[in-house]
Amino acid sequence: MSNAATQNKGFAAVLWDYLTTVDHKKIGKLYLYAGGLFFLLGGLEAMIIRIQLIKPENNFISAGLYNEMITMHGTTMIFLAAMPLLLGLMNAIMPLQIGARDVAFPFLNSLGFWMFLFGGIMLNVSWFTGGAPDSGWTAYAPLSTQSPGHGVDYYVMGLQLSGAGTLMGGINFLVTIVNMRAPGMTYMRMPLFTWTTFVVSILILFAFPALTVGLFLLMFDRMFGAAFFDVALGGNSIIWQHLFWIFGHPEVYILILPAFGLFSDIFSTFSKKRLFGYTAMVFATILIAFLGFMVWAHHMFTVGMGPVANSIFAIATMAIAVPTGIKIFNWLLTLWGGSITINSAMLWSLGFIPSFTLGGMTGVMVAAAVADYQYHDTYFVVAHFHYVIVGGVVFGILAGLHYWWPKIFGRILHEGMGKLTFWTFFIGFHLTFFIQHFLGLMGMPRRYWVFLEDQGLDTGNLISTIGAFFMAFGVIVFLINAIYTAVKGEKAPADPWDGRTLEWAISSPPPHYNFKQLPLVRGLDPLWIEKMEGKGKMTPAEPLGDIHMPNGSIIPFVMSLGFFIASFGFIYQTNYDIAYIFLFGGMAIGLGSMLVRSLKDDHGYHITKEELEREAD
Amino acid sequence: MSHDHSLNPETMPHNPEKATLEGKNKFLGLWFFLGGETVLFASLFGTYLALKNSTAGGPSSEELFGLELVFIMTMLLLTSSLTSVYAMYHMKNNDFKKMQLWLGITGLLGLAFLSLEIYEFYHYIHDYGFTFRSSAFGSAFYTLVGFHGGHVLFGLCWLTAIMVRNAKRGLNLYNAPKFNTFSLYWHFIDVVWVFIFTVVYLMGKVG
Amino acid sequence: MLGWMGKFRALFLLGSLALVLSGCGKENLTALVPKGYGAESSMDLIILTTVIMLFVFAVVMVIYVITLIRFRKKKGQEDYIPKQVEGNQTLETVWTVIPILLLIIIAVPTVLATFDLADETDAKDSININVTGNQYWWHFDYAGEEIQTSQDLYIPVGEKVYLNMLSSDVIHSLWVPSLSGKMDVNPENENTMYIEAYEEGVYWGKCAEFCGPSHSLMDFKIVVVSPEEYETWIADMQNVDPEQEPQDTVALEGQALFEENNCMACHAIGSSPVATGPNLTNFGDRSRLAGIKELTKDNLVDWLQDPETIKPGNKMTGKYPALSDEDADAIAEYLLQLQPSDITPESAGN
Repeated sequence: MSNAATQNKGFAAVLWDYLTTVDHKKIGKLYLYAGGLFFLLGGLEAMIIRIQLIKPENNFISAGLYNEMITMHGTTMIFLAAMPLLLGLMNAIMPLQIGARDVAFPFLNSLGFWMFLFGGIMLNVSWFTGGAPDSGWTAYAPLSTQSPGHGVDYYVMGLQLSGAGTLMGGINFLVTIVNMRAPGMTYMRMPLFTWTTFVVSILILFAFPALTVGLFLLMFDRMFGAAFFDVALGGNSIIWQHLFWIFGHPEVYILILPAFGLFSDIFSTFSKKRLFGYTAMVFATILIAFLGFMVWAHHMFTVGMGPVANSIFAIATMAIAVPTGIKIFNWLLTLWGGSITINSAMLWSLGFIPSFTLGGMTGVMVAAAVADYQYHDTYFVVAHFHYVIVGGVVFGILAGLHYWWPKIFGRILHEGMGKLTFWTFFIGFHLTFFIQHFLGLMGMPRRYWVFLEDQGLDTGNLISTIGAFFMAFGVIVFLINAIYTAVKGEKAPADPWDGRTLEWAISSPPPHYNFKQLPLVRGLDPLWIEKMEGKGKMTPAEPLGDIHMPNGSIIPFVMSLGFFIASFGFIYQTNYDIAYIFLFGGMAIGLGSMLVRSLKDDHGYHITKEELEREAD
Repeated sequence: MSHDHSLNPETMPHNPEKATLEGKNKFLGLWFFLGGETVLFASLFGTYLALKNSTAGGPSSEELFGLELVFIMTMLLLTSSLTSVYAMYHMKNNDFKKMQLWLGITGLLGLAFLSLEIYEFYHYIHDYGFTFRSSAFGSAFYTLVGFHGGHVLFGLCWLTAIMVRNAKRGLNLYNAPKFNTFSLYWHFIDVVWVFIFTVVYLMGKVG
Repeated sequence: MLGWMGKFRALFLLGSLALVLSGCGKENLTALVPKGYGAESSMDLIILTTVIMLFVFAVVMVIYVITLIRFRKKKGQEDYIPKQVEGNQTLETVWTVIPILLLIIIAVPTVLATFDLADETDAKDSININVTGNQYWWHFDYAGEEIQTSQDLYIPVGEKVYLNMLSSDVIHSLWVPSLSGKMDVNPENENTMYIEAYEEGVYWGKCAEFCGPSHSLMDFKIVVVSPEEYETWIADMQNVDPEQEPQDTVALEGQALFEENNCMACHAIGSSPVATGPNLTNFGDRSRLAGIKELTKDNLVDWLQDPETIKPGNKMTGKYPALSDEDADAIAEYLLQLQPSDITPESAGN
């Protein structure tokens, strides 16, 4: 089942292969494809927003459509683009980095992907059924409970589905890292990307249930007449804000920490140096995650929580700057004294440092509660979180893609196009968002469909829109690069970057069982150690033997489809009784699949020693 | 069939549920899952506490709750947790029949609990007109207690499925982790109920 | 707040004056030129944090640039293996402790300012105004004065004015950048903030919490006048006779049409608890139509005939029969003559 064999199969066979796959590398690719597609959609929405704001009192799109655009842009980028792209990288790379043959729960891994994908499709179906959700990606009640039509219902069900998928992914990664590390791979020898995957999975595990509950409350209010956010019946809309941000702030770290991890790996590889202050980096990661749960109410300084709560959350928020600062300086010191190679992956990582530092700076600024009374809900905050999310997360994803593309797809991205993408995107990014700090302070709140003439906001908005076009250009170049590489790209060797970690010890792309023999890990940067000692490859930790592999299954796809259908039932049972057929039918398919999974024994299969011996090294 | 044999070795190890990597993974995975469930219920408790006095003129918790019924329910569920411990004890000694017996008793106790809960809800709706839509308090109460009830129901379905499926083939290294994870899940539901009993019913009656 | 901050502020104000003159930010809208107590407190912190953060950024950038220049791979040294450094305890301590110190410098004034702005002990002795946020307009009820207005809030200069805010529908947020930071206007609990303006003038106010299609069109004004003018304005507003008939015939007809179309079901003229729609007592004095448009007869006729185009999602659309050109014209004439006071946004320097 090598790559060549896959290429000879017909389209239907390939499709079936991907629908039923439980191989973490293929699921990783599926996440990257789907996440990439949603990233383009979210980008398109962003361009429409910026075109609407190119001049004062513009009428490019209507107010209602504009609100749908901003809602879908935020929701898509966070839940359907950034997270899946990172989950894709984690899936494809993390098991290789710890020297595992697969993840702990291959079936669950597949289920997580399909739940996410159907959730994403669910959200976007709303465009064609009378209007997308329009109460912002934060969906504050009671605006969201009062929003007419079914847009917000799609938001609720779509996020519920994809959230469940993400939760499964989190549990899967946790168990994988705890139970399935190769011999000698102790916790303090794990690459930083694996460490951040581990910490992020904990964040997912403890943050997403809060969103789940919030979404349930919203669903009950909208679809079943509950009164959680109905002030007339004693409801309280602030509960939503608490639940949303108890999820929402850790979510920010769920996005940024994996980026931190992969930057650490990249800096270390391309400066040919061990990561400076590895232990400090690990503990800084854990500290950031821990503090990340203590600061949610800094999104609510203007809600009227009182000076005590505001002060506590302000100080807790500022505290996060300390571990983040530790990371920045450790990266700089990793580069210091090294032998730095600058290629596309490294460009994104180097571009990240000033961009993210600016985002972190404004982060401390918005943490000062009284100053935040001015920043809050203005373009200053828009600028701040785009500096963090684009300058940190998107730069990280692109750095990771350039770095691991050879390992995942077996080909190296074109260097020239990579550099062009970086420079246009980088310049466009700062052009778009830097000026927005000032727009906010000059009196432009966020989520404004139009800004009025003669308020001094024209030039800034025009510059911002021009920058957005640069970014769009960069993304298009990257797309061309990806297609070009798939067709004519240079075939990648096992170790194109003189890597240090285990994923570079096996072929690109790896065989479906990853490691013929599990490697023996003798320290941090295990491959580098072997290189320095002259061996150049890993010592096996076990004799060649049969490898136990899980069977593929269509059940995850069917189960997700069942819940997808049921979601339509939930949405439309408020209008039509016939929707109950979908509701109960869909639930029957979903729960039935679960039952089948539970009752049907699936022992997997073995690749025999003889087969392994026949395959060349 | 070599691996089938490996699942039914001549002598079962002392802890069959953790003898395989799959078993260890399931065990750990469920613990993590319960960690997430804890946050889920904590969020529901938080919501309930914020809204428990928002009766919008309807009946309050003091007027509604009767502690006798809830006390019996608590006893039923606590006992069922104990019986599932017995079942796991017999599993570790590889005594499949006794394990099934104690699991069966666990299921029956769970069913009794669920029946009383349904009766309780019916009583509130029928005698007090207190529904899910009456007030924010009503929504929060039924959601919190109902989520727990839903977990009990799911547990019962799960238990039935694995008991019926494995009735004829006895214990092996493939299904032992499944029984074990069920038992863990069941304890968790029990713990949540203890909190519901305290926070919702006792505090609702006294405070 | 702190003595040395004063000098800093003076410097910064000079700088921001240059910004304003160069077309960056409109006076009485931008938060960069504070003209009230709240905005000034925020500005002090903004300056303090910006300066400290720029210092940190500069340090990072210096190390970054030097590193990139000095340690790029050199020609002929392709095989060079740098020394594998594990870390450095002293350095780690330095970049842990120094940021903590810097953050303490920020945290202390932040906490002080937070408690200072939340101090509402003198609320009872001050002017209190009950504010209601509505989709998409603001209602102001002068407590104890029997005066209700909308969209334009008149306050005296140099006095603390307490705003007790509640929403009638979704969450809004009241923000007058030049005078004060924002505070959410929630449907379930009253929030209080105060405004103390340093200079007379007309200040732009905005809704800062996403509240629906016309969120961006929910502007209002705060008209800051001298204490004497404020007294005059209060008296003028209290002396309004809602039944008073206008002089010319067109306006008279407009008044009749106003009653015929049952506009009073939502809009009060004179003091009244009716607040379904904006109170129109001093409509003719308003700085803007619907908060955003220039107050001209043409615009008003357009608004009366088709408010949906101007403010999508507003609650007035469809509440009354379609108006003919003449009818709309007459009503507009009547409404524009509702000018009870000589104290207007114009007199305040609009």
